Amino acid sequence: MTSTFLGMPATAPRGVGHLRGDQPFPAAARRSLADPQLRRNLRHATTTIRAKSAAVIAEAPDWQQLRDAGAAIKADVMSRLPELLEQLEAAVTRAGGTVHWAADAVEANRIVTELVAGTGSDRVIKVKSMATQEIGLNEALEAAGITPVETDLAELIVQLGDDRPSHILVPAIHRNRAEIREIFLRAMPGVDPALTDDPAALAAAARRYLRQTFLHTPVAISGANFAVAETGTLAVVESEGNGRMCLTLPDTLITVMGIEKVVPTWRDLEVFLQLLPRASTGERMNPYTSMWTGVTPGDGPQQVHLVLLDNGRSAVLADEVGRQVLHCIRCSACLNVCPVYERTGGHAYGSVYPGPIGAVLSPQLTGVADNASLPFASSLCGACFDACPVMINIPELLVHLRAEHVTDRRRPTAESIAMAAAAYTMDHPALYAAAQRAARLGKVVGRRGRGLPPPLSGWTVSRDLPQPPPQTFREWWAEL
Amino acid sequence: MRIALFVTCLADTMFPEAAKATVRLLERLGHEVVFPEGQTCCGQMHVNTGYLDEALPLVRRHVRTFDPYDVVVAPSGSCVGSVRHQHAMVARRAGDERLASQAEAVSARTYELSELLTDVLGIEDVGAYYPHRVTYHPTCHSLRMLRVGDRPLRLLRRVRGLTLVELPAAEQCCGFGGTFAVKNADTSTAMMADKMRHVLATGADVCTAGDVSCLMHIGGGLSRLRAGVSTVHLAEILASTEAS
Amino acid sequence: MNSRHRVLGRIRAALGDRAAAPAEVPRDYRPAGAEVELDLLVHRLTDYRATVHRCTDGQVAQVVEAILGGRRVVVPPGLPRHWLPATVAAVTDENLTTEQIAACDGVVTAVAVAIAETGTVVLDAAPDQGRRVITLLPDVHVCVLRTDQVVAGVPDALDQLDPRRPQTWISGPSATSDIELNRVEGVHGPRNLHVVIVPRGDLPPGA
Repeated sequence: MTSTFLGMPATAPRGVGHLRGDQPFPAAARRSLADPQLRRNLRHATTTIRAKSAAVIAEAPDWQQLRDAGAAIKADVMSRLPELLEQLEAAVTRAGGTVHWAADAVEANRIVTELVAGTGSDRVIKVKSMATQEIGLNEALEAAGITPVETDLAELIVQLGDDRPSHILVPAIHRNRAEIREIFLRAMPGVDPALTDDPAALAAAARRYLRQTFLHTPVAISGANFAVAETGTLAVVESEGNGRMCLTLPDTLITVMGIEKVVPTWRDLEVFLQLLPRASTGERMNPYTSMWTGVTPGDGPQQVHLVLLDNGRSAVLADEVGRQVLHCIRCSACLNVCPVYERTGGHAYGSVYPGPIGAVLSPQLTGVADNASLPFASSLCGACFDACPVMINIPELLVHLRAEHVTDRRRPTAESIAMAAAAYTMDHPALYAAAQRAARLGKVVGRRGRGLPPPLSGWTVSRDLPQPPPQTFREWWAEL
Repeated sequence: MRIALFVTCLADTMFPEAAKATVRLLERLGHEVVFPEGQTCCGQMHVNTGYLDEALPLVRRHVRTFDPYDVVVAPSGSCVGSVRHQHAMVARRAGDERLASQAEAVSARTYELSELLTDVLGIEDVGAYYPHRVTYHPTCHSLRMLRVGDRPLRLLRRVRGLTLVELPAAEQCCGFGGTFAVKNADTSTAMMADKMRHVLATGADVCTAGDVSCLMHIGGGLSRLRAGVSTVHLAEILASTEAS
Repeated sequence: MNSRHRVLGRIRAALGDRAAAPAEVPRDYRPAGAEVELDLLVHRLTDYRATVHRCTDGQVAQVVEAILGGRRVVVPPGLPRHWLPATVAAVTDENLTTEQIAACDGVVTAVAVAIAETGTVVLDAAPDQGRRVITLLPDVHVCVLRTDQVVAGVPDALDQLDPRRPQTWISGPSATSDIELNRVEGVHGPRNLHVVIVPRGDLPPGA
């Protein structure tokens, strides 16, 4: 193998992690759509967050200028990624931290598992992190006899409920308070049987349950929202204080971070710390943001590790149109405004990255063939593009990936034959006029579309076909 | 003013009344409407389904057909959106920079109906009369690709006899999305069901929009429900007078 | 070939051979340096359920007494002692164990900077603020803020802070939005946040 070959960008490997679902989106969506409780929970939650976010964004008179700056900083990062990562590595190392590089999920899981094993602990506390979900770190730790404890409330609900996360910010968004109470009563050791479904009581139950675990676990694993190349500073943005616990109490802290999370300068945080909370939780500022630079003697973890993860990101970077997906700061605003997500929920997307951003991120990380239905899981309504704090043009990416899917397919399909025929017809006005007349004859199909083949019959399950008019516009015009 | 009508394939074939109304309205306002014969389809369905190579000849045909005209109007936000945001991209992807710049030139002269009326012709009161209770669905591509904003509402507010009622959650997609409605029929139906619920909640007897595609979708659902609410293109309302 | 070389090699291959210079970032958003509105800070702190007290430096001890009188309080080594009333049992953090800190009812600290627009106080582990752990485990956090430490917005705060110091940005008490996306106060961090605002220059020199 030549070094050129080893240096080729690669997609995320199969068989590890959670980037691929087990069925295509339309089939998975059908299951969610049939669950009225899920639909109500999602509608309630997304409606709430949309209103909150809109209110605090309206307070910022320079929101658009912040978005412009955020997009420009991220584009700059992508174009200078190698030097910024080397700069970050040097700064973290200088400050007493240790930097590891992981080409994919398998390597990252091995590195983290070995670091934990090296401490002798058989338990780790975890701050919610998309990167560690993506690589399936919990499963890898469990296989090595190490118990990962999720400490974010929603992650805890998912873990205790033996469930899967369905939202980037609020992984248990598909559960309402009554369901959460039931999960706690069933699966939380030592829970008060008189627990009510009051959200404050549920939060207090989690506080009691995790307190001793926080105080007595010597290793924590986190993600990072931002890493500053010039200073080596890492930042975690959170609400509950579980992040502070994990980042402060243990002696060893291991942070797993996608390579795209680096920002060039300390000053750049002034943009993202304004964009993220308003777009994400709809707050002017989230309750807690922790920042640390390597090791501070006598304060916080004394063994600090940073694992830089590729796992398909370099392959995304190779696509000049597609790479803007790496600008994502995981705020989940696009999920909250998406009419598809609001109705199907996150599980339908298969990957840990659901919603509009997931529909363009997952297929790029895995290669389009492994998530071929996701770029089509959108009506291209554009609400996601408007909501994105770093202005990722998600509709453009969806169309780009649809084209990639169509081009990649080797054999013609019924659809590709029909599309080619339609294009040919429409490029020949005489054929086009003939086809219009044929459509009129199609009236025999009837308004309910009897006799139409799938997938066209999908239309008439719930809608009537319009009656073709007696005369097309161009026939009318010709008679004028 | 001499205005070229880009009728769009869907209006031409299935909803000629919207196109005829566009002609009647503009002629009533004193303008000359021409119909360039070579036009067929802008290729939006092909682009949005991923068939960009197949869309190329349609883009070329569209550009060739409309290049000679100073002002082009279409009674469709999404087809104008395709002309404005997709044609040059399709040409560039195929390496045809010349076609791309021609497409950009044509797109700069192409307007959605409410844009043409308010921005180019500078009128909001078109002298229409339409004695109905009407609610307006803003359609995603008019709203977010073209940013037509409140132009259609400004036009509707000046229509005599018309009672305009606000559509709840108006900015949410109706679930059409071209081939989305076929490929993800269940999700599309769920979105449409909510849209219909909101339309019915207004008590309107007419739901209007600037896109026949979305109206076909919403109208197909309302028809199945036998809801008694009809879908009517914005052009048809604006073309109506006391005489009609 | 190790993973470092492999990852960097892949990224370089993905980007092609073009070495990019740092791009010009448009920074047309509101810059640092706007006038500070103290009332805005008070409003924003209160809006996110922090309790605000305004008094002179000499009255801080009374305020602390009202909140934590008769209870056990951990304090950083550099805290001005006159902020503490005689009625609290104060323990100075000189390498206390986490159990010792967790056994305290409250903590009193100074702050590094506060941001009016977002209602945020920032601690940077200076001697009057102490190690991060002491403001984490007790259930009541009282922080004392001088008005000259207040800045208008996020850019001002980053300007003044030293990235080499560990920082905790705090905007209201511990909260979660994880249940139906409604904000609920009180999870793992202190469930009670009190901000005591004293006039600038009111602090004795050298304190």
